[in-house]
Amino acid sequence: MKIKVTDRIDILPRHSLLSLVFSLAAGLLTISFIFMVFGVNPFYALAKIFSGSFGSLYGIKETITKAIPLILVGSGLALAFRAKFWNIGAESQLLMGAIFGTWVGLNWGPHLPPAIIVPLMFLAGFIGGALWGLIPAILKIKFSINEVISTLMLNYICNHFMTLLIVGPWRGKTKHGFPYTDDLPASAALSLIPGSRIHYATLLIAIATVIVLGIVIYKTRFGYEVRVIGENPEAAKYSGIDFFKTTLIVMAISGGAAGLAGVGEAAGIHHYLSYPESISSGYGFTAIIVAWLAKLNPLYVILSALFFAGILVGGDAIQISLGLPAATVQIFNGTLLVFLIMGDFFLKNRVTLRWRSQRN
Amino acid sequence: MVDISKSFQGVKANTDINLSIREGEILGLLGENGAGKTTLMNILYGLYQPDSGHIRINGKNIALNSPVDSRQHGIGMVHQHFMLVQNHSVAENIALGYERAAMIFPQRKIKETILNFSRQFNLEIDPDKEVWQLSAGEQQRVEIIKALMNGADLLILDEPTSVLTSQETRDLFLNLKEMKNQGHLIILISHKLEEILEICDRVTVLQKGKIVGEAPTKAVDKKDLARMMIGRDVIFRIEKEPMESSEKVISVDNIVVKGDKELEVVTGVSFDIYRNEIFGIAGVSGNGQREMVEAITGLRRVESGRIMLGGTDITNESARYIYNSGVAHVPEERIKFGIAPGLFLYDNAILKQHHRQKFSNKFFLAYRKIKQHTQNLLSDFNVLAPSINVQTKNLSGGNIQKLILGREISESPSLLVASHPTYGLDVGATEYLRKQLLRRRKEGGAVLLVSEDLEEIFELCDRIAVMFQGEFMGVLGADDPRLKDIGLMMAGSLRLQG
Repeated sequence: MKIKVTDRIDILPRHSLLSLVFSLAAGLLTISFIFMVFGVNPFYALAKIFSGSFGSLYGIKETITKAIPLILVGSGLALAFRAKFWNIGAESQLLMGAIFGTWVGLNWGPHLPPAIIVPLMFLAGFIGGALWGLIPAILKIKFSINEVISTLMLNYICNHFMTLLIVGPWRGKTKHGFPYTDDLPASAALSLIPGSRIHYATLLIAIATVIVLGIVIYKTRFGYEVRVIGENPEAAKYSGIDFFKTTLIVMAISGGAAGLAGVGEAAGIHHYLSYPESISSGYGFTAIIVAWLAKLNPLYVILSALFFAGILVGGDAIQISLGLPAATVQIFNGTLLVFLIMGDFFLKNRVTLRWRSQRN
Repeated sequence: MVDISKSFQGVKANTDINLSIREGEILGLLGENGAGKTTLMNILYGLYQPDSGHIRINGKNIALNSPVDSRQHGIGMVHQHFMLVQNHSVAENIALGYERAAMIFPQRKIKETILNFSRQFNLEIDPDKEVWQLSAGEQQRVEIIKALMNGADLLILDEPTSVLTSQETRDLFLNLKEMKNQGHLIILISHKLEEILEICDRVTVLQKGKIVGEAPTKAVDKKDLARMMIGRDVIFRIEKEPMESSEKVISVDNIVVKGDKELEVVTGVSFDIYRNEIFGIAGVSGNGQREMVEAITGLRRVESGRIMLGGTDITNESARYIYNSGVAHVPEERIKFGIAPGLFLYDNAILKQHHRQKFSNKFFLAYRKIKQHTQNLLSDFNVLAPSINVQTKNLSGGNIQKLILGREISESPSLLVASHPTYGLDVGATEYLRKQLLRRRKEGGAVLLVSEDLEEIFELCDRIAVMFQGEFMGVLGADDPRLKDIGLMMAGSLRLQG
């Protein structure tokens, strides 16, 4: 038997939608089997997840809270992935943003009013994430080092660097020896929508980022060059597009957006730095799926970020109510990503099976 | 091989080919690039299955569904581009395809066998060396030994000398004669006339997928072969109006350009092109044409020499600077270089012009103007497309090429560089594109046309340079009687003085 794969040339919007629906359905079906292994009724579990996240006011507020970093990181990743720069390091770009932002908040916060310190923190966070994102870009362009490896490895470096800071020089005097920094001064803490944990400053920045990036990708000269590079680097070279400059800007924006999310988490939720895994519960990785589900369109990122934030919140709910292990949510997300990528493959390629023809 | 035909997506690569090879001989397979030589041999090696026709060995029909089958029938092939694992040793590479290799540590036991074969045929090789350390000639010997060890009686060599130095070529020919003496059959694919005459016993000439001539090499000379390969004595079919050539547009002075492997592949080429002129570069591809074009258009470094456009020096300026100065470029491999296949038509219509004021300000693209421009381009250049909102990869090759040409011409460049502009296109599109080049000439542009298609060169060009191994073998006017020897010049065996 022969499997033949050919390019599918006539992709219509309804095909994209169908592939999305089928991928999600197949993903949910597979996840259902996993629930059954744990002896849980899959319909009950899925219903529980979505009622946990979208079924109550509390759930919705939590979902929005968790969607904020996903929107920021996801839209930045959408830009990087458009240029076919596989940035797997958004997690550490987010943490770098948190580190830079917290430093500014701790050191300058006590002397400045919120209207000045908060923008400064976000600016510092953007710079931190952008610098961390530029490293793999330079490594790739100057030394052809694969960005998947370098961005992934930089995650570990950043993780340990952050741990070093909080157990070492940055350990707070008021924290009784716990490995946390001191609390941010009140002027540097982001204000919340009352009765929730939604730090609206970051939410507004996230929505603004989405709109700006949407315009950048589809309407500007720079976005055009990014799309040409992503579609055909040879054609980009032929048409005189500056590969070096464009890639640097892409990664500065992608890393910077993640850095903004880091400031939001540090100054809006935790108010101090602690271990990296408690500052970000894998937002940098989940955002990869968010960007992918949004078909790398920043405007759709808002929807897919809400969807995955819902799964995170609902996952917490079923952990408690059904006694499922903490890894369930990650399995959930991972399975969906696998099926989304498969759906994309079947969307772009026509696969036919052929029994080998008998000759002579 | 009897009545073999094969087509790819409607393009006939081989039509009704009958080919036989007798014991103890070397058969030469001669033809221009794209004549179907390699396709035919890939069928014999089992990589492709013919659409019709069959293959017989000693009178018996055999089915070759894969290289495994053909190896069992004693057919081996050395491809033009070697199929070796660079980071493995010679012994490991040979063990990889060797059927009698041991299950574990095959490379140890195989060394002895390799050395035996290498002594028997005078093919010197060190089994412990890793392939990336070997020269091209040595790698070729590895491929030959590999084929012989798999029991090949019939060995197919695809353009074996294209990667070799002249000393290595001499060594290879000695090896081949030795193999012939020991009873092996050899098929040599080549477009170099001298080689064929030197080593082959018989020669078969292919042209556009058909056999156009067969002869024992003793009975023919180079001129005969050149004529058979090109298919005619040179014919002139001038439909173009005579033009007074006027101002000089570009002047290329003794440029040297390195190829991808850091070797100098253009070694001191000089020429001028004038307004109202089409300057043609004939030659078999791979003789430095691509690198020369890339150097002129700013995609590749010029090592030495100078390129002047009008009065300005454009040597080693960026691609965008050169384009803005008035050099447009229709690249070879149009889909690989000329377009971003996944983007819409209107995106591709401004690929090199998006930064121009009429399509964008400092930040934003003016999509309304761009779409209008694309519509105009489609109707001006006869591009058939369902709409401008389709992905460019959905267009046929001819329509993509018209779009590229239209894009490049629409700005009225002072110089248009066109590489193989009609390669692989159907007759209609070819004709259209050629007319557009002539129109450009009439409107006062200069055109540099690189092509392997001699018919095209003769039909369009005012002057013709023949390129061989990075040099011009001569520059001829379109009515020069010496054009009948162009085949010899392309094969590097004739150089005109001055």
